[in-house]
Amino acid sequence: MGDTIRIRLPLRHAGFTLDLDLSLPPRGISALYGPSGSGKTSCLRALAGLDRVANGYIAMGDEVWQDESRQLFVPTHQRAIGYVFQEPSLFAHLSVRGNLDFGHRRAGRPSTVDTQAIVGMLGIGALLDRRADALSGGERQRVAIARALMSRPRLLLLDEPLAALDSARKAEILPYLARLHDTLAVPAIYVSHALEEVAQLADYLVLLGDDQQVHSGPLPPMLARLDLAAAFSDDPGVVIATTVAAHDDTDHLSRLDFSGGQLFVARRPEPVGHALRYRIHARDVSLTRVQPEATSILNVLRADVTGMTLTDTPAYLLVRLQAGDTALLARISRRSWQGLKLAPGVKVWVQIKSAALLG
Amino acid sequence: MLSAADLGALWLTLKLATTVTLLLFMLGTPVAWWLARSRSRWRHPVSALVALPLVLPPTVLGFYLLVAFGPHGPIGVLTQSLGIGLLSFTFPGLVIASMLYSMPFVIQPLRNAFEAIGERPLEVAATLRAGPLDRFFSVALPLSRRGFVTAGVLGFAHTVGEFGVVLMIGGNIPQSTRVVSVQIFDHVEALQYGQAHALAGGLMVFSFLVLLAVYGSQPRLRSF
Repeated sequence: MGDTIRIRLPLRHAGFTLDLDLSLPPRGISALYGPSGSGKTSCLRALAGLDRVANGYIAMGDEVWQDESRQLFVPTHQRAIGYVFQEPSLFAHLSVRGNLDFGHRRAGRPSTVDTQAIVGMLGIGALLDRRADALSGGERQRVAIARALMSRPRLLLLDEPLAALDSARKAEILPYLARLHDTLAVPAIYVSHALEEVAQLADYLVLLGDDQQVHSGPLPPMLARLDLAAAFSDDPGVVIATTVAAHDDTDHLSRLDFSGGQLFVARRPEPVGHALRYRIHARDVSLTRVQPEATSILNVLRADVTGMTLTDTPAYLLVRLQAGDTALLARISRRSWQGLKLAPGVKVWVQIKSAALLG
Repeated sequence: MLSAADLGALWLTLKLATTVTLLLFMLGTPVAWWLARSRSRWRHPVSALVALPLVLPPTVLGFYLLVAFGPHGPIGVLTQSLGIGLLSFTFPGLVIASMLYSMPFVIQPLRNAFEAIGERPLEVAATLRAGPLDRFFSVALPLSRRGFVTAGVLGFAHTVGEFGVVLMIGGNIPQSTRVVSVQIFDHVEALQYGQAHALAGGLMVFSFLVLLAVYGSQPRLRSF
């Protein structure tokens, strides 16, 4: 089943050309992340065949959708994609049920599509007989996602599906997207300029920078790269994959293991063995040269300093650390860096003030 | 109150307006679709051509049609070679003339409706496996049905109300080209004011009701 998604697109913008040359993994969510105007949506539209980019090449495994060297261009309606637009775009003349059935029927109502499960997963069972224009923005977007899934796509394309929603609606939909990520076999490409969404959902990251440079790779190492720190400067930090290892019901804590150490967090309801994804913000990480003995911080790890870069604020630096296989970032002051005589190779104690659960 | 001739004229008018409206739907819809979506440089000349009957006196249109339909006109030569004979002073000729005259009243509302849909619903439909024709019938048509109501009502009513073109190329032949507006003119010329009143008043009430229906069917300003 696993077919790599090949994309070669010379995207022409006002004043520059962005040469996208990507191979995206055939499963999980790949995020296209970058500032507005960096070509994210153009790439997605070209993938869907909504725009025809000159000299482009797009293939989904062995199925070629565009190859201009052969004058080949498969029109949108013949590509097995699901597309969720930025603003909820339901058909106003159809009910929710009619909207859901639109693509499902044209895909031949395949028996492999579990419509009940999709409706349940997106929590829209109670809306089926409502008119599309009688729904809230968040509900519409959930219906739009379900509608895309029911057409049995081989590739799901999501163009900033949360951008048009207020933060309450975003918070309403994110868990559904996270659930989608956990249960869905279909690969998805998620366009976003919100680091928070990307950190929460993506497995693979394509970074479209201001400088027309494209960087891509699995998400956790990408987030920990100092040379890309400028792109994540709003909120630098890493994502770590952990497994629930033990529960301590006396202190109401759970122990999570990850390669490189362990993390204590407030008691989790998940059973031992369950995978959880955590984000550790650089601002929540502090460093000491000697092992802290009397500290209220629960999570203290041993790590090596592997690098340092400047930040937008002259007083602060971003330090990269390695604990086992896991890279961490810490935001510390320039004075601390000098005072602690830190340098690459120095061993430090890392204090993690808090970790945010993702998904 | 209404004579047999009046009723004949009424029936003919209804027949003409219905035929013209249906034909304009069939021929005008593709033109309106093209005008709404094309970026061709011919878009503006065609728009102007379609709107021309709005500004021309009906006599100008009627005059040129009369010439074209005539024995030496391009259409006349064609129809004669096809063995149909001449179209002037016949019902089919009247239909063609009325279609030209009422064309902007059908095409313009359709074009506005198609433009109001925008690109997005059609793109959505394409991503849901709908081909071009499928997109037109399952998305564009239902989303522009108000435009079709407006276009139909205006095209029908405008055909009922025409006079100049009919007089120029239709003449005044009972059961064939004598429509209500011409019949009223005859009554007035013959000083039969009572009968003129009945028909003219009827036409006025009809037109009022038609416009009321159009305005009533327009959506109120809704916030999206």
